[in-house]
Amino acid sequence: MTRILKYRVRVMLLAGLFAAAFTLTTAFAPVAQAQSKDPIKIGFSMALTGALAGGGKQSLVAMQIWAEDINEQGGILGRSVELVFYDDQTNPKNVPGIYSKLLDVDKVDFVVSGYGTNLIAPAMPVVIDRDIVFMGLFGMNNNGKWNYEKYFQILPAGPSPAVGFSSNWFEAVKTFKPKTIALVAADAEFARNLKEGAVENAKAMGLEIVYNENYPPRTADFTPIVRAVNAKKPDIFYIASYPNGSAGLVRAIAEVGTDAMAVGGGMVGLQYAGLMSGLGPNLNGFLNYDFYVPEPTMNIYPGSKELIDRYQKKVKDEGLKTDALGYYLVPWAYAYVDILGKAVNAVGKIDHDAIAEYIHKTKFTTVVGDVEFGDNGEWTQSRTIAVQYQGIKNNELDQFSQPGTRKIMFPADIQTGEVKPFNSLR
Amino acid sequence: MIILELFINALIAGILLGGFFAALSIGLSICFGLLDTVNIAHPTFIVAAAFCTFILNANFGIDPILAGIIITPLFFGLGWVIYSLYYQFFEKTSAEALRGLAFFFGLLFITEVVLIISFGVDHRLVNAAYIGKSFGGEFAGISVSVPFRLLSAFVVAAILTLGLQMFLDRSFFGRATRAVHQDMMALSLMGVDPVAIKRIAFAIGLGTCGIAGALMIIVIPIEPAVGRLFIGNVFAIVVLGGLGSISGTLIAAMILGIAESMVSTFFGPSWAPAVSFTILLGVLAFRPTGLLGVGDTR
Repeated sequence: MTRILKYRVRVMLLAGLFAAAFTLTTAFAPVAQAQSKDPIKIGFSMALTGALAGGGKQSLVAMQIWAEDINEQGGILGRSVELVFYDDQTNPKNVPGIYSKLLDVDKVDFVVSGYGTNLIAPAMPVVIDRDIVFMGLFGMNNNGKWNYEKYFQILPAGPSPAVGFSSNWFEAVKTFKPKTIALVAADAEFARNLKEGAVENAKAMGLEIVYNENYPPRTADFTPIVRAVNAKKPDIFYIASYPNGSAGLVRAIAEVGTDAMAVGGGMVGLQYAGLMSGLGPNLNGFLNYDFYVPEPTMNIYPGSKELIDRYQKKVKDEGLKTDALGYYLVPWAYAYVDILGKAVNAVGKIDHDAIAEYIHKTKFTTVVGDVEFGDNGEWTQSRTIAVQYQGIKNNELDQFSQPGTRKIMFPADIQTGEVKPFNSLR
Repeated sequence: MIILELFINALIAGILLGGFFAALSIGLSICFGLLDTVNIAHPTFIVAAAFCTFILNANFGIDPILAGIIITPLFFGLGWVIYSLYYQFFEKTSAEALRGLAFFFGLLFITEVVLIISFGVDHRLVNAAYIGKSFGGEFAGISVSVPFRLLSAFVVAAILTLGLQMFLDRSFFGRATRAVHQDMMALSLMGVDPVAIKRIAFAIGLGTCGIAGALMIIVIPIEPAVGRLFIGNVFAIVVLGGLGSISGTLIAAMILGIAESMVSTFFGPSWAPAVSFTILLGVLAFRPTGLLGVGDTR
């Protein structure tokens, strides 16, 4: 009896164990399967508030459009793509903490940069420490001091970005045969780098630098700066500014005037829809950098117009509170995650060494044309364009989505207008 | 001659800029200087007023300064509500020091988020006939130009400041407000409700945000977080002028405006903040109560 009972108990225990094992395996099987199908997480900080939010928000929308596209095409490595992002408030101090959280807490598979030099710079040490691929969005010479081999940059400023960024502007002003130049920059990393590059270009042209100063970001009135520049009587006036300063300088120049034949160069924000419509005719005559404008010769970037149309429709249909036009950043923000996705799919696994090697040796076809990266992660050739604001009659936004308000002055192969002296367009 | 011309233009620009700084600071001078309420959200409320001005200007074509006058009662009411809450939850329980500061920090962030949700993050500007233009001419061979944008800000700020100064000096309410600053207990013994006085005074302080916001969007482009750029400036001006002194605030704003303008013109703009705060430290070293402050009489 006892033996029979023991036997039954053993049988029941064995049956229970089998049942438990079966339950556990069936319960965990979908989890294991789900884990292999977990999304690929791409983490980043983005300027969604603060001074650079005008660019940051349109970048985010472009990246979300890319995520929709890639997921429709089957994702990366057969897994869907999920964007994990935090607002850095355009404050560099927030960036290292965000990237540490993305990598340690959110366990993202890849990180890409936020928008802009000042916000890429503080992420570099965190990323380099982890030895992972890092795609940058509009960073000015962020890798200059690091020479990090897994850094790749979407700013089309060429192998020496600080110099290449302004080289076409200096080509465009050669028509005025200038002898002297004044330079003003915002006291921030991007603008200072840009001005250093402009100084090199100016020296290469044999220009005498008559004024070279930085202004603090909280400057409210720029008329004293413009007067101080005017007192030096420069032939051309190069400005490297952030959005608040760009608007302040445009208005101060409208009020005080200048005799410089060319004004502008590296003014961030004049490409934003809000500032373009707000400043309106005060922009006439400014000669500035840009990357994409709605001119007929910009068909060099196949697919970019369709992407911008999609962006504009999305902003309108969904009532998004962001840049209504999206010319400035949308194609580029789409392209830098697109390159990462293409590289990972080509390598076939998450291997940062192999992915970095693949990006270095590959020419990528993207919405911003064919892209190749040099050893320092910068573009092998500059595609920054010099545009002059012409014929702006009022503050209507629609005019900026038509050809003619921002004519391309350089490079010559896509030129759509003749550069004119600043005051002749006022 | 060029140096003299630069000097005169820099002086004019500095005075006009000082007027703008005064408009930003005058409300805080009441809230912080007279009522000891560390309203760190003050610049953000100015930005909120600037967005209200933008709506009225963009949608109805109303002149920005007129728009500022129209929205001032709205901000007066907002100040009334905010002080009532602040008193009920913090001041009444003597928890105003740190928790009160946290309350205004919270208001700052909430206001910014509301602005971001409502307007997005794009920069906004207004347009008026006097923006982007200047007047001037040659006087004794010296060319002078005065931007209307800054001149209008200066004129409005000067009227606002002098009006408030007269109101606080000559009205019963003004004297009562100063009495609250000096001795709340004594005021209570006189049969005056100090809380009611403080509520109205705080509402007036926040009401000035209406005008200041209009001037802000006339002078600079705005976005929801732009107020943070001016937090240091406005507190420095109130402290430099002397806590509780409206005319001191105006003088301090002029000093910092002129200093910034002169330094930008002759030594380079990057030195401007350093010089401004050196002036602040220098004055406080020799006169801890600020330029026209009378010190704590309690």
